Amino acid sequence: MPKISFIDFKGTERTVDAQVGSTVMETALRNGVPGIDAECGGACSCATCHVYVDPAWQAAVGKPSAMEDDMLDFARDVQPNSRLSCQIKVTEALDGLIVRTPEKQG
Amino acid sequence: MTEPTAPIQTDVVIVGAGPVGLFAVFELGLLDIKAHLVDILDRPGGQCAELYPEKPIYDIPGFPVVSGQGLVDNLMKQIEPFGPQFHFNEMVESLESIGTAERPRFRVKTDGGLTFECACVMIAAGGGSFQPKKPPVEGIEAYEGSSVFYAVRKKETFRGKKLLIVGGGDSALDWTLNLQPIAERITLLHRRDDFRAAPHSVNAMRELVATGKIDLRIGQLAGLEGADGGLTAVKAKLSDGSVETLDVNMMLPFFGLTMKLGPIANWGLNLHENLVPVDTEKFESNHPGIFAIGDINAYPGKLKLILSGFHEAALAAQKAHRYVYPDKRLLFQYTTSSTNLQRKLGVA
Repeated sequence: MPKISFIDFKGTERTVDAQVGSTVMETALRNGVPGIDAECGGACSCATCHVYVDPAWQAAVGKPSAMEDDMLDFARDVQPNSRLSCQIKVTEALDGLIVRTPEKQG
Repeated sequence: MTEPTAPIQTDVVIVGAGPVGLFAVFELGLLDIKAHLVDILDRPGGQCAELYPEKPIYDIPGFPVVSGQGLVDNLMKQIEPFGPQFHFNEMVESLESIGTAERPRFRVKTDGGLTFECACVMIAAGGGSFQPKKPPVEGIEAYEGSSVFYAVRKKETFRGKKLLIVGGGDSALDWTLNLQPIAERITLLHRRDDFRAAPHSVNAMRELVATGKIDLRIGQLAGLEGADGGLTAVKAKLSDGSVETLDVNMMLPFFGLTMKLGPIANWGLNLHENLVPVDTEKFESNHPGIFAIGDINAYPGKLKLILSGFHEAALAAQKAHRYVYPDKRLLFQYTTSSTNLQRKLGVA
């Protein structure tokens, strides 16, 4: 089972098991990882599951789709490694993924 | 001071015109209960209309697939026979009990100055009220209402001003085009050189940039300068990393909407993590006559599904009938066979 590490804005790291096929957002919620609101429930409609992908993982995770990029306009402090975690599907290739959660969603 | 208008008398005030609030009109209507709906948005549908009008929903019974807007349109058609009264762009601000536990009665006031008097209140407010998202820039509160606005109420406010509009969606572009003839100068700031707005608005904006009528900057807000609520400049971090100080004295940021519980927190209800706990027989709060249905309520086993909200509306309506018609017995009837119900629906 792939593992994903979430690092919050204070630097606290939480590493949890992720199911292949679920999303990074779902993985966070299922494991009670704070820092991700996911108001819209994963429909790419709210920008409250914003994460920063660790630079080492950016290539593996890939770039946002056009729809996701539009939605990122509503996130705070968007960086080149910003993604909406509801749009990142967990695969075996993402075992060890590190994402950082922003201080505030929305 | 404006003259206080006479309160609107009705049976039930429904707070929120999302799918569950709309369907409550149907269930109440079958029981001869009249309803007024109040919603902060400018149209019915709540999250379905605001967040995902075009997205398919797959778990509405009887609809293998329906779009958010499609569901809202169908609900509007379904409740039409009951003549619901809508009050859009209004937020319920206060709720005051003016009755007793046996004969509840409420006075409900909105931020727009409306007053209702009713026997029951149904809170169908979903995730709370939609409010504009604030951009992440230090000290913005000091300028709100004087030189930073999240909506345009009067275009005249911006006459002769050096205006910064921030965002890349329809609101940002529409107001750029609309206010360009009025403002002294408009600068449009957006995170990337790619706009979500309708293509014709984007083209019109590009034309204004090309002819030197407005300025376009690609970047993000970095800081505000000014004093006593008056903005004198805005710092923008441009895409190349440099920081530019923009000479503006008004700002309109359009960063979308977020859901906030809002004034519901002040209505004296028991709340649990911003939700209204209810029983599962009547979906009534700790206060008799105040119901909570849909995503806003909490009870053991709660699922935040539209279909759960529909069920909750049906049961809450049964109890509401006891408050609205204390002396009438309620007969359970089916729409398939009852001519009485069919007459109300206008089909018999």
